[in-house]
Amino acid sequence: MGERKIRILIAKPGLDGHDRGAKYIARALRDAGMEVVYTGIRQTPEAIAAAAVQEDVDFVGLSLLSGAHNHLFPEVARQLSARGASDIILFGGGVIPDEDIPGLKTAGFRAIFTPGASASEVVEFVEKEFEAGATAGTRA
Amino acid sequence: MSAIDPVHLAGLVRRGDLRGLARALTVVENGGPEASVLMHKLYDPSPASRSVGLTGPPGAGKSSLADVLIAHWKSRGRRPGVIAVDPSSPFSGGAILGDRLRMQRHACDPDVFIRSMGSRGHIGGLASSTAQAAEVLAAGGFDPVLIETVGVGQGEIEVVSVADLTVLVLVPGLGDDVQMMKAGIMEIGDLIVLNKADRPGMDQLETVVRASLEFVREGRPVPQVVKCSVATGEGLEDLFSKLDDLLSSGRDFEAVRRGRVRENLLRVAAEQGTRFALELLERSYGIEKAVDMVLAGETTPYEIGERIAALSGRAPV
Repeated sequence: MGERKIRILIAKPGLDGHDRGAKYIARALRDAGMEVVYTGIRQTPEAIAAAAVQEDVDFVGLSLLSGAHNHLFPEVARQLSARGASDIILFGGGVIPDEDIPGLKTAGFRAIFTPGASASEVVEFVEKEFEAGATAGTRA
Repeated sequence: MSAIDPVHLAGLVRRGDLRGLARALTVVENGGPEASVLMHKLYDPSPASRSVGLTGPPGAGKSSLADVLIAHWKSRGRRPGVIAVDPSSPFSGGAILGDRLRMQRHACDPDVFIRSMGSRGHIGGLASSTAQAAEVLAAGGFDPVLIETVGVGQGEIEVVSVADLTVLVLVPGLGDDVQMMKAGIMEIGDLIVLNKADRPGMDQLETVVRASLEFVREGRPVPQVVKCSVATGEGLEDLFSKLDDLLSSGRDFEAVRRGRVRENLLRVAAEQGTRFALELLERSYGIEKAVDMVLAGETTPYEIGERIAALSGRAPV
């Protein structure tokens, strides 16, 4: 009773269909005891944000290899805040050049994972952020 | 949102606030006193909204069928809701909730609400809070509410007692007629959908299913059977019209509702009873102390049980 599970939505915005990384991370998060809603490839930012609201997730993780992250990632952040859901923590991963990371962080992304990052780094990030949110009382 | 106020959330649900509805579903899913208060506020013994259970083996096409049913009901001006349950890992407690993948084209539609749930250790094909989650969607104005079970095998039929009517989805190639004979799932279903009609083995499946229906217990309605292929669209119109007929008039929903209220009452009483008994055990013995006493041969779990029952005001049997 009163059990609180970490819920995460993993999605791939835009037209890139390479989803091995996204599925790998989804599985790692599941194995860490989290509930992972997987919405699959070729999602619009609007559909991702709408799903995140309906699923009441704590985190949205985006994966993108196409290079369109500077457009699509911030658009997901905008769509979430348009739905009053800017408290959902955003993170991203994929082929993202170092110089793009500060801009994405300004757009609201708490972490960006680049090639070479391990699944356990992602799990650790999620657990730490969730813990911090729970103590700050932002999410009951 | 800083703290959960279930009374406030209930108001948001009634007003059709989607974020509030989503939050309310989380409260219900996590259980505890907040969930009780919320459900008390939203409770309706005879809701106008109907619920449809969707069950069948893994890979039968339940989620894809849910997707076309959503589109159909939308075209009739209805506001369908979906609760889709996927299994939680018994090892990690985590889950991949992937049913939504098949219905994601409806994500941006404000008149469709899709929510995924992990079964969280509950057996029977649903999560322990799925019935309440469906009631919350109904209170939020969604009708009908589809309840998609985890992929079921031979005995997970809880959805029958939760939904107003149940659709069983079967596909060719899952086993011979002995599998059908032993499968408890063949005893459920107001409508049996034989999906993937474009696949080989369909005629055999239909023969076996129709033969098994001759043994439906007396006094129970014989399920209707529809052949279709969600992939090609074949047979879907027939499925829609049969299902809509059942929803509008084809069943004694009063009896279903009475059964559901009774089950609900028993479940809530059992939950409260368990909590009360455990508190009593903790207060009068201390659980670990009681374990020590049993291990030392001073008493037995049965004697402790009777003492606790006596303490709660009931005389030992």
